[in-house]
Amino acid sequence: MSDSPRTAVSNPPTQPMASNFGERDLVRRSATEDLPPPERQLTPVAKLIDVSKCIGCKACQSACVEWNDTTPAIGENTGVYENPHDLTENMFTLMRFTEWVNPETDNLEWLIRKDGCMHCADPGCLKACPAPGAIVQYTNGIVDFIHENCIGCGYCIKGCPFNIPRISKADHRSYKCTLCSDRVAVGQGPACAKACPTQAIVFGTKEDMKQHAAGRIADLKSRGFANAGLYDPPGVGGTHVMYVLHHADKPQIYANLPENPRISPLVQSWKGVTKYVGLAAMGMMAVGSIVHGVFARPNRVSREDEENAEKLVEGKPVPPPGEHA
Amino acid sequence: MTNSWTDIRNTDLVVVMGGNAAEAHPCGFKWVTEAKAHRGAKLIVVDPRFTRTASVADFYAPIRQGSDIAFLLGLIRYCIENDKVQWEYTKAFTNASFIVKEGFGYADGLFSGYDEEKRDYDRTSWDYEIGEDGYARVDPTLQHPRCVWNLLRQHVSVYTPEMVERICGTPKAKFLKIAEMVAECSSPTRTMTSMYALGWTQHSHGAQNIRGMAMLQLILGNIGVRGGGMNALRGHSNIQGLTDLGLMSHLLTGYLNMPTEKEPDLATYMASRQFKPLRPGQTSYWQNYSKFFVSFMKAMWGDAARAENGWAYDYLPKLDVPSYDVLRMFELMNHGKVNGYLCQGFNPVLAFPNRGKVVAGLSKLKFLVTMDPLETETARFWENHGAFNDVNTASIQTEVFQLPTRCFAEDQGSLTNSGRWLQWFWPGGTAPGEARPDTWIMAQIFLRMRELYRKEGGAFPDPILNLSWEYHDPNEPEPEELAKEINGRALTDLTDPNDPSKVIVAAGKQVLNFTQLRDDGSTMCGCWIYSGCFNEAGNNMARRDNSDPDQTGTHPNWTWAWPLNRRTLYNRASADLNGKPWDPSRKIIEWDGTRWTGYDVPDIGVTAKPGEVMPFIMNQEGVSRLFTRGMMRDGPFPAHMEPFESPIANVMNPRMRGNPVARLFESDLAQFGTSEEFPFAATSYRLTEHFHYWTKHNRVNAALQPEFFVEISEELAALRQITPGGWVRVWSKRGSVKAKAVVTKRIRPLICDGKTVHVVGIPLHWGFTGSAKKGFGPNSLTPFVGDANIETPEYKAFLVNIEPSSAPGVTS
Amino acid sequence: MNMELSRRGFLKAAGAGVAATSLGALGFGEAEAAVSALVRPLKLANTTETRNTCTYCSVACGIILYSRGDVRKGERAEITHIEGDADHPTNLGTLCPKGAALKDFVHSPTRLKHPMVRRPGSDRFEQVSWDYALDRIARLMKDDRDANFLATNEAGLPVNRWTTTGMLAASATTNETAWATFKVAKTLGIVGFDNQARV
Repeated sequence: MSDSPRTAVSNPPTQPMASNFGERDLVRRSATEDLPPPERQLTPVAKLIDVSKCIGCKACQSACVEWNDTTPAIGENTGVYENPHDLTENMFTLMRFTEWVNPETDNLEWLIRKDGCMHCADPGCLKACPAPGAIVQYTNGIVDFIHENCIGCGYCIKGCPFNIPRISKADHRSYKCTLCSDRVAVGQGPACAKACPTQAIVFGTKEDMKQHAAGRIADLKSRGFANAGLYDPPGVGGTHVMYVLHHADKPQIYANLPENPRISPLVQSWKGVTKYVGLAAMGMMAVGSIVHGVFARPNRVSREDEENAEKLVEGKPVPPPGEHA
Repeated sequence: MTNSWTDIRNTDLVVVMGGNAAEAHPCGFKWVTEAKAHRGAKLIVVDPRFTRTASVADFYAPIRQGSDIAFLLGLIRYCIENDKVQWEYTKAFTNASFIVKEGFGYADGLFSGYDEEKRDYDRTSWDYEIGEDGYARVDPTLQHPRCVWNLLRQHVSVYTPEMVERICGTPKAKFLKIAEMVAECSSPTRTMTSMYALGWTQHSHGAQNIRGMAMLQLILGNIGVRGGGMNALRGHSNIQGLTDLGLMSHLLTGYLNMPTEKEPDLATYMASRQFKPLRPGQTSYWQNYSKFFVSFMKAMWGDAARAENGWAYDYLPKLDVPSYDVLRMFELMNHGKVNGYLCQGFNPVLAFPNRGKVVAGLSKLKFLVTMDPLETETARFWENHGAFNDVNTASIQTEVFQLPTRCFAEDQGSLTNSGRWLQWFWPGGTAPGEARPDTWIMAQIFLRMRELYRKEGGAFPDPILNLSWEYHDPNEPEPEELAKEINGRALTDLTDPNDPSKVIVAAGKQVLNFTQLRDDGSTMCGCWIYSGCFNEAGNNMARRDNSDPDQTGTHPNWTWAWPLNRRTLYNRASADLNGKPWDPSRKIIEWDGTRWTGYDVPDIGVTAKPGEVMPFIMNQEGVSRLFTRGMMRDGPFPAHMEPFESPIANVMNPRMRGNPVARLFESDLAQFGTSEEFPFAATSYRLTEHFHYWTKHNRVNAALQPEFFVEISEELAALRQITPGGWVRVWSKRGSVKAKAVVTKRIRPLICDGKTVHVVGIPLHWGFTGSAKKGFGPNSLTPFVGDANIETPEYKAFLVNIEPSSAPGVTS
Repeated sequence: MNMELSRRGFLKAAGAGVAATSLGALGFGEAEAAVSALVRPLKLANTTETRNTCTYCSVACGIILYSRGDVRKGERAEITHIEGDADHPTNLGTLCPKGAALKDFVHSPTRLKHPMVRRPGSDRFEQVSWDYALDRIARLMKDDRDANFLATNEAGLPVNRWTTTGMLAASATTNETAWATFKVAKTLGIVGFDNQARV
């Protein structure tokens, strides 16, 4: 019997190990124009989330909290299964539940999608980020936030076509899934993928994941899901977190997964502004040791900055977070 | 489980009914997804709610809670009517051909021999005809009108698809679709597995639910084969082990049972436990009962257990009732007849039905001792928590001891999983504060009491003074010492019966397994079915070789499984009468002409010839039972019974309420509600984010599902003007709770016997201790009645009413 | 002890059962000298591993406890992380939302640390010594047993049962604890003795 790909091929090492990738593998660095080209090309990695195998158990959420040492608040029930109710700086991934009656079969389908950073090949967050080195992208595709460089401006949220990053109210820095870069750096898959009981989440090279997805899609088609398919949206250059969807023709039924995500043209044209804010931030960093607590204050994008940016996009409306097509 | 978690990968069809495996056992459910991915297996879910398991099912059908027997008998009827029976298996390996006594019958929902006054059956007619040779009479042609097969066919004939729809509310078309999928598994090369849990056990007719599926699996030929079986998904990590070890009122270890008052001496006790074969040449393994029993008595009382005193038979308490189960104990508590109670890792205030009665009972105790790693509602039952525990603290005179124990991470030993694997584990952390191991606490209580009896004397001190307690440090027996005692050892040299000069096991050495046990006092063994777990080869439970020859999911050298490291029970039945596997691609064992060989430890004598010795070696018949004789109190076949609180009357006999032989205490009878007062059918269950009342203490799980809620359909919400996310009050005849409302499409009203039945779902993870928001449990509402055979409370089907309300503690 | 033992076991089973994604092919197995300032250092470095079993349901998933300190060397050990055991044949390293958060069960703020007693009528627990609690429990139990033990029934036949004190045994303790508990309860004559399997 052939075996499924699964993330945990071995237990994590406990002997100290050097990271397998780092500074020299950066392909992009926020607000940095003179980044030297990477010395080598790492094999692109990807997390594949097979929504059709997901049982919505939230093991991914638990494992994420434990691995990343976050402390999500204990909220309340508001009549739904999602808890916490949204992604937060302490909850990098979230099961989103949709009760959908299939109009073709009249059967109820409980669509459960693990939401979180998609690690876009063309990362809108990074492009929007004005703080040098606060967001980086490695040649293996991981997009990571370097919190000590973050100024908490929130541009990354505006730049993200999936509405993922969240600013901490405690330290005013932006947080999201790192794809467990610290685990990947020692040959381990992300904590969520390792924990996932049904291995609806698997992790490996992007090529392998696409191949695995093809097998899953064939299985789903044999079970009557004619439109099963892979979600790897080209509008953001493809993603390093992909979905297998039973109804790939209707991604929006999965808790508003965007049908054709693109970086807002507004962000694309923020470049000039970015540079300006970036320099300002660097200036602040220089005096940071004197002006104690400067990074503890929110550094929101000012109205002025926004207006400047808007002028650049010839009157196109700015999409508010959470309402991306 | 007859099979193991990893064996589920071998199945073609998974039926999840009476359970919610994806939600309650996610990592075991992995093997369902593996079977789907690699074998093209299908998954069927039958449940009142569209569960997380249903969300990945190939086919889902709703059913009214408590009506499963009708559905299952409907499936059996469908298979019989459509000739979808594994005939060779059914004829050879079940008691289909056995002839039942004249006088047995079934009418109006009742079997012959019912006594309404006693709420009990005279079961003498529920038996085989015994021939002059002392064996049961059979008709292999299945022509005899009273052979089990014909009685079964007649018994299930009423459960037509229309009747199933009428009772269960399952639309006929959906039932038929499932029946078709199930019936395909009558092929010897297609296998179905049943994964069930509390959804079947927690009914007043729970054992009969399980019987229904077991019978279906037998006629489909799915017991004993890879990817088949009856797979009870046990709840807690060692609930299997505690049951195997007999920590129950009516049990001793290894399913030996407690003597009753009617058995005042050993000879009488053994007389009804001879288990002579009912067919020629059959194994009837329980014939060895005395070897297991005497070895057990030697493990308990050592040298004080001697042939002359019936192996200290008097030391065992004798029962005057079938069992002092938890329902009986809390009934007695309420009558002031219980003074002390010890709760080791147990939280009855949230775990037992009719919480009002439970708290009233605890309040009448003189003393209560709790041992737990965490705070529990039980240890604090006397503490007033407003709406969440509104007690009069000052009036409660119970002295309460709360003893801190170590938890798994600080402990060492073995746990028995659902697939009967005994897995040893090791401690990795230091316990907080003064927390101590349970073994130390039990030793301390025992040693201090023994000392008092030595000094002061007292009531029958003999068993206490003579209890075998020979440990390196009596204050804290080591896990290895206890495990070796469970395995058993030779007390004197054991010699070969055929050659007395040959010593098989030297005195003081561990026995290899239970086949070496004797009833002459020369061996001791704490629990015969565990014998082999820690023998001279070492601690087999600590083995960690995860290899899996031929990828069968057997993993024979990973830890150790009872009995005898056998991974699939009844595996002899995976091969036909000639010993050839029914399905060569699913071989477990086969007959090579002289012996049984294969991947697993054969569940038959290794040289027992196929065609002569039948596979079900524990049964006196040698075959499995479609008809259980008088072994179950409520019938030799399952028959439709309603829950005690049901939205509709029993269509077979409207006068019947619940299970006609379930035990009822008078005060509880008065606390049953009717559908006029309480129109909605409620059920209780667990959610995947939580484990019982434990994980609410854990901030992560508390964040994932923070607050008590109930689930209702959009239709019921509209009917009662309930807002999604708003507060509701849910009440039964016994109590009232307040919860948030989750309004969902996953619950739909059912039409049963022409009536619309609304379902109210009540999860059970909240209380008044821990990190999550304070809340209630469904046990504030559930009825105090248990299964007729085993007294498991009816948590899954009861009646409530519901209305919009204010938050708890806030007057509206 | 346990990890070493089991690692040897695995050697025998090399490669069995666990096919993989091509992580190995990415060269992740080779430690490299480069130190990255960007990627968080692996938090499990220099921890002690212990093989254990999840305490919740009966799937009995294999887990690995990661601790600072080693109890087997007699040290104080603080559990810093818990993760699924990839070598376990049932769970293959996966865990459910409960199992994945086991560390927070171990370190729950409501873990009990000291023996406590609540006196009749009182509205609070008081901390007591183990000796006090155990002596008092033994005394209460003996007094009740001596007062209410039923040696014979009305027919004069020996029944030797004690019905006025009952016990519920746990469902997550080890078999070895269960056996010790069984011995004590049954030898005392307690018949109101059950475990979680009843419910």
